[in-house]
Order: sequence, then C-alpha cells, then structure tokens
Amino acid sequence: MFQLDEEQRLILQSVREIVQREIRPQAATLDETGEFPWNVVRIFAKNDILNSLLPRKYGGVEVSYFTFCMILEEITKACASSALVVITQAEGTLPIVYGGDEHLKEKYLSRLAGDSQILTALGAPEPTDGSEILSLKTEAVLRGKKYIINGEKCLIKNGSIADFLVLYAYTDPPKGNHGMSAFVVEKGFPGLVYGRKEDKMGMRGCPRSEIFMEDLEVPRENLIGKEGEGFSNMMKTLSLSRLFTAAQGVGLAQGAMEEAITYARKRVQFGKPISHMAPIQSMIADMAAGIESARLLTYKTAFLLDREDWKKATTHAAMAKFVASDTAMKVTTDAVQIMGGYGYTKEYPVERMMRDAKLTQVHTGANQIIRLSVAKDLTGRS
Amino acid sequence: MFDHTSFLPTEELKSFRDRIQQVARDKIAPQAPLVDEEEFFNREVESLLWDLGLLTITFPEEYGGYGKGRMIAFCIAVEQIAKYCASSALLLIIQAVGNFPIIHFGSDPLKQKYLPQMSGGRKLVAYLVTEPTAGSDIAGIQTTAIKDGNNYILNGSKCFATSGGVAGIYSVLAKTSEGRGKSSSSFFLVERNSAGLSIGRTERKLGQRGSNTTEVFLENVKVPADNVLGHVGDGFVIAMKDFDMSRPAVAAQALGIAEGTFEAVIQFVKEKYAAGKPIAEHPIVQTILADSAILIEASRGLIYRAAILNDEGKNNTKFASMAKCFAGDAAMKITTDAIDAIQVLSGYGFLKDFQVERMFRDAKLTQIFEGTNQIQRLVIARQLLKESM
Repeated sequence: MFQLDEEQRLILQSVREIVQREIRPQAATLDETGEFPWNVVRIFAKNDILNSLLPRKYGGVEVSYFTFCMILEEITKACASSALVVITQAEGTLPIVYGGDEHLKEKYLSRLAGDSQILTALGAPEPTDGSEILSLKTEAVLRGKKYIINGEKCLIKNGSIADFLVLYAYTDPPKGNHGMSAFVVEKGFPGLVYGRKEDKMGMRGCPRSEIFMEDLEVPRENLIGKEGEGFSNMMKTLSLSRLFTAAQGVGLAQGAMEEAITYARKRVQFGKPISHMAPIQSMIADMAAGIESARLLTYKTAFLLDREDWKKATTHAAMAKFVASDTAMKVTTDAVQIMGGYGYTKEYPVERMMRDAKLTQVHTGANQIIRLSVAKDLTGRS
Repeated sequence: MFDHTSFLPTEELKSFRDRIQQVARDKIAPQAPLVDEEEFFNREVESLLWDLGLLTITFPEEYGGYGKGRMIAFCIAVEQIAKYCASSALLLIIQAVGNFPIIHFGSDPLKQKYLPQMSGGRKLVAYLVTEPTAGSDIAGIQTTAIKDGNNYILNGSKCFATSGGVAGIYSVLAKTSEGRGKSSSSFFLVERNSAGLSIGRTERKLGQRGSNTTEVFLENVKVPADNVLGHVGDGFVIAMKDFDMSRPAVAAQALGIAEGTFEAVIQFVKEKYAAGKPIAEHPIVQTILADSAILIEASRGLIYRAAILNDEGKNNTKFASMAKCFAGDAAMKITTDAIDAIQVLSGYGFLKDFQVERMFRDAKLTQIFEGTNQIQRLVIARQLLKESM
C-alpha cells in the first residue's frame, strides 16, 4: 500500500511537472478573477488528467481511485480550484459509468475520450435541502418519449458551463428513496435555464450556479439505469465526492504546511529562525501528524473503493471527508498564523488556502451532518 | 441580546453603549460589504467617528477625551462597531495606539501643539514600529535616529502600518543607541509632511480590508529634539504600556466580530426551514450556538477585567494579554463554526451574500496583530512567574 508502482510514479511525476509549470503560476490570478479556467481544462485534457477515471473501454486511461487521489492531492497543493475542475468532471461522469446501460454509456462516455474538452457536472443539491438529500423537490414525469422535468438546483459546480450533466429527480415521489431517478441532461435541451453564478469566498476558480428546469424535455433513453435507481446512484456518487473532497483537504493542508515551513526557516526573529521556537515547532508537528492521519484515512478509502467494498467504503469516505477537511481548516489557519502579517496578505498563497479549505468542510455534506451518518453506520440505527 | 450591565458601572456608559450600537447598525453596517469588496478607506465612516468623539476617546479629559471609565468606554465603542464592521473598529484602535505615546509621554508644549490638530484638525495618527526585520521581535528594528544639533535624523523603513497612508501624524520607534538593549530605542512624533517621508505600497489583505495598511519610508527625515516622546531610551517601555491599553481593545474588536457573527447566525437558523422545522431546532446547530455564546461571555469577562484595572491605574498586563489571546482565538472558532451552522441544512454559508464569510476573514487578524497569540502566551507566562515569586 505504501509503494507506488512504476505507472503511478510516472503519472505523479508528469502531474507534478504540469502543476509546477502551468498551474501554480496562475493560481493567484484565478482566485482573484474567479473566471472559469479554460486553459486549465485544455492543459488537463491534453495530459490525460481531466478524464483520468474514464474507463479504457470508452477511450480513457482508467486510473485507480488511489492514483486519482494522488493526482488530486498534487494539483490541490498548488491550486484547489484547478483540482476542483477535475473532481467536477468525475462527478458528472461516474454516475453514468455506474448506472447507465451500454447504449447510454457509449453515447456519452465516448465523448470524453482522448483529449476531449467536453465538460460534465452533477446536479444534486437544491435550495431547500442542503444536507437533507432526500428532501429534494425536482420531479420528472414521463410523457410519451420524453421525461418532463421541473425544479431547481443550486450550487452546481460547472452548472452553466457543462456540456452535459447528471440530474436527480423524483419519478415516483410516494416511494421515497425508491422513487428517485437519474438522468443525463444536455446543454441546449429545451427548458434548461441557467441562473446566477454564486460569488464565493474560496475555490473561486470553479464556478457554481443555479439551474432551473422549466418543463425541461429529456429523451426517455437518457434515464440512467431504471426508474427508482437514482437514490443508490446518488449515494455511490456522494461517497466518491467525499473521497475526492478528502483528497483536496489533504492537498490543501500539505501545500499550506510546506509554505509555512519554508517561511519559518527563513524568518529570523529574536536572533534565530522562528522554526527553532517551541510554539512554532509544536504547530508544525501537529500539522504534519494531522495531515498524515488524514492522508492514510483517505487512501484507505480509495483502496476500499478500488476493491468495490462499498459498504465499508461509504463509512470510510464520510470519515475521511470530515477528518481531512477539518484538518485542512486547522492547518491552513495555523499556516497563516505562522506567517503572521505576511500570511494575512495576498502576496502569499496561504490566505487563499484558508478560504479554499472552508469549502471542504461544508460541501458534499456539512461535517456535522456527516458525523451523524457515520454514527448511524456504527450503531446500526437506521 | 448581550448584557453588559455587570460591567457598566454608570448610566452614562449604558447610554453610551446604546448610542454607539445604534449608529453602528444604522450608518456603518450598510457600507461594510462594499468596503470589503472594493478594499477602500471609508472617509464617510471616518467623519462619523470624529463626530462621535471616538477618535479622541482616549485623550485626557481636558483635551476632549472621555472622562471616568475611559478604557471601558473605548472597549465598548470598539466592540459595538466591530459587530458590523471590523475595519471601522480597527481605525478606532489604531488611533488610540498611535496617540498613546503622545498623550502619556509628550511634553506639555508638544501636547498643546498636536492634540488639537487631532481633535480640531481631525488628523489621523499612525504607529510606525513594525519593520521587515522586526515583527514579534521589536528589538530587531533597524530604523535609526541620530542626533544632529537640535534635531534627530531618522532613516529606515516601516511596514504593516495601519492608517500609514492616511495619517497626518506618526509615532515612530527608532534606535537611538546600538544593540538590542531595553534602552536602545525611542519614540518620536513625526509629521506627515516632513521632507523625506514617503508612503510605499498598500497591502492587499485577507480581511479588515477597509483598513489602510502601508509601508512608510523615512529618508533623512529631520525631527526636532522636542518631538522625543518621553525620554531618549524610553521606547520599549512606552511600547509595552501601549499594549496594556490596546490589547483589551483588540480583544473587544474580536468580541464584536464574534457577536456580529452570532447574531447573524441565530437570526438565520430561526428563519431557515428544513424538513418542516427551523434548523435552529437541530441539536448540532444548538451545540454550535451554545459553544459560541460561552466563548463570547468568557471573552467579555476577561476584557472588562483588563479594562477596569487600566481605568483604576493598576497594572493590567496579564489580563490584557489573556483577553486578547482568548477573544481572538474565540472569534476565529466562532466564525469558522458559524459558516458550518449556516451551511448545515442550507448550503449557503460559504457565499459572499452572507456577511459571515467576511467576519471569518476579519477574525483571523485578531490572532495576529498587536502581538501574535503565541507571543501573548509568553507574556502571560512571564507575568505569572513574576507574580509567583
């Protein structure tokens, strides 16, 4: 588990070089402007990063979740927004991989092959629910050869940009979670309306927007799997999203710690580098131990998902998510502290990392709620 | 919603608190989001603070300052304003920090000349101490003040000077003798229009973005020997005494930020429904509210103890440090968790529409400036050991 194979080594090296050369230099500007990073999409597409999880059968390189987390961690160290672009792509792809029939998979997944820059998205959260996934209100009614969908989604990453997205809606509301279905919706389908883009505190390079479904017409064949399979599809996707968020947490914390250590070694006060002082050393030690713990939990989750041990993986993904994001929040906040006045300015990246880290605590399930679901798994309370 | 009565010994202070809170809510709060967004020094708010007497509140009474209970009044003012706009509260703090050496250590002729320039002429003051080589370690300053006849010639560069670019008067710390000894530096009153004084870049910050933070360069700046504050060699002693005054106020700023956040959260969770109930009924949300309120009240206790001791003319170093350390850490925790509280069952806490994200960014600075919270712990430990002898 702790040794990389040759392929992983090469992938990681290539990602590191690309991050150093292309991603790191523009991270500050991306955060400043909040403009969608088209050039990041282009670079990642050209280098088999954008769709790295895509199955080989559909023209992808199909890396393991373990390798994917390493890629995410590496990118996030320099620019969390850029990594979020890759995560968003995965979230809009995997529901089709897991749930779609062969025809649907062939139709959409092959569009992502090679150096394709086609973008995907996941349409799950709604304004009313936040962490209460079951309380979504979007409904889909079958009329002849089309589903007519009505409702609204919010905070959808890539919402207004994605070429196609996966949408969850109730096809049979009285059946509760057995009445939810998943659909592939293309940009340009009649009735798909984009709302406003949210102005966010962090991860500003990855846009999130509202989407309105106003008698949205979706061809019948775009149903992912069968009616009623939407909920289990959503749950699987949610565990994967949590794994990816955990990898981001680890990357943010690692990046921030490295900045803080570099600074502490150079910054001389009271006649010596502040890295020689006990309070700073304590903070650094806690950072490193926290990161390593979060990393192990994250990679174990990836390992379980690679073996398709979904039952164990679901609980692990939830734990990894809240451990890694809480760690990222603490480490980035402490990194700003170590860097003092300088850390508080936009001249250094740690204040951005602190803002970015906050999102990892709240999206894909607020940490407080995730703890409840872990407890339910452990205590057997349904 | 927060009761100060235990700490406000007079009716006058109680009505003072009410008045400041109302003005802050009605006139300062509406401008806070734009100030943060566009990162500018708000002259309108500055004017308002002058009108309210808050920028001279720490002056001696004969020069127009607050009378009995001055430190408490100062902390109340900072707190009430910080609830709505931390940047505006910072202006109050730095005005007091900058004019402290002048008020307490300036000669009478100097005070008679300059204090009216502040109270009447509305000149802002800045405190030039920090340098690239001297943050936590102020003994590391390299700005020199060399005697030349009846003047001193000052050379050096200062950084992270709050109000650096908008001040008309500066209290400047410079080395008047070699080495890092306790008597090696002195404070000087320097006018903005002195030849050789220039403003460098303005810092772009994570939070408290309405505060003007700049570099200030001194190139052969000639300062009359009469402008020495206190005696030559009193620099560090004055700086330490300044902290005893400012740290309770920084703590009050942190407290205000925490309270502003708390009020926003409690309002939101009462109004926001999920699964048919206000999210305020969710035990997780209630835990966050309770933990935040405990920290708020504990902060208040430490702040007022430190302020009261100062008003009584007693040494308050330990409590000033404790207050600043505790309240800053508390504000950071409360604002971090507040975003979660809004997020829980709603998804919206992260967004700029809600001012809580600004308060989270503003809170961080309170852990850093006027002595990092790591330095505060050293100060506290030193006091404790002194007391135990």
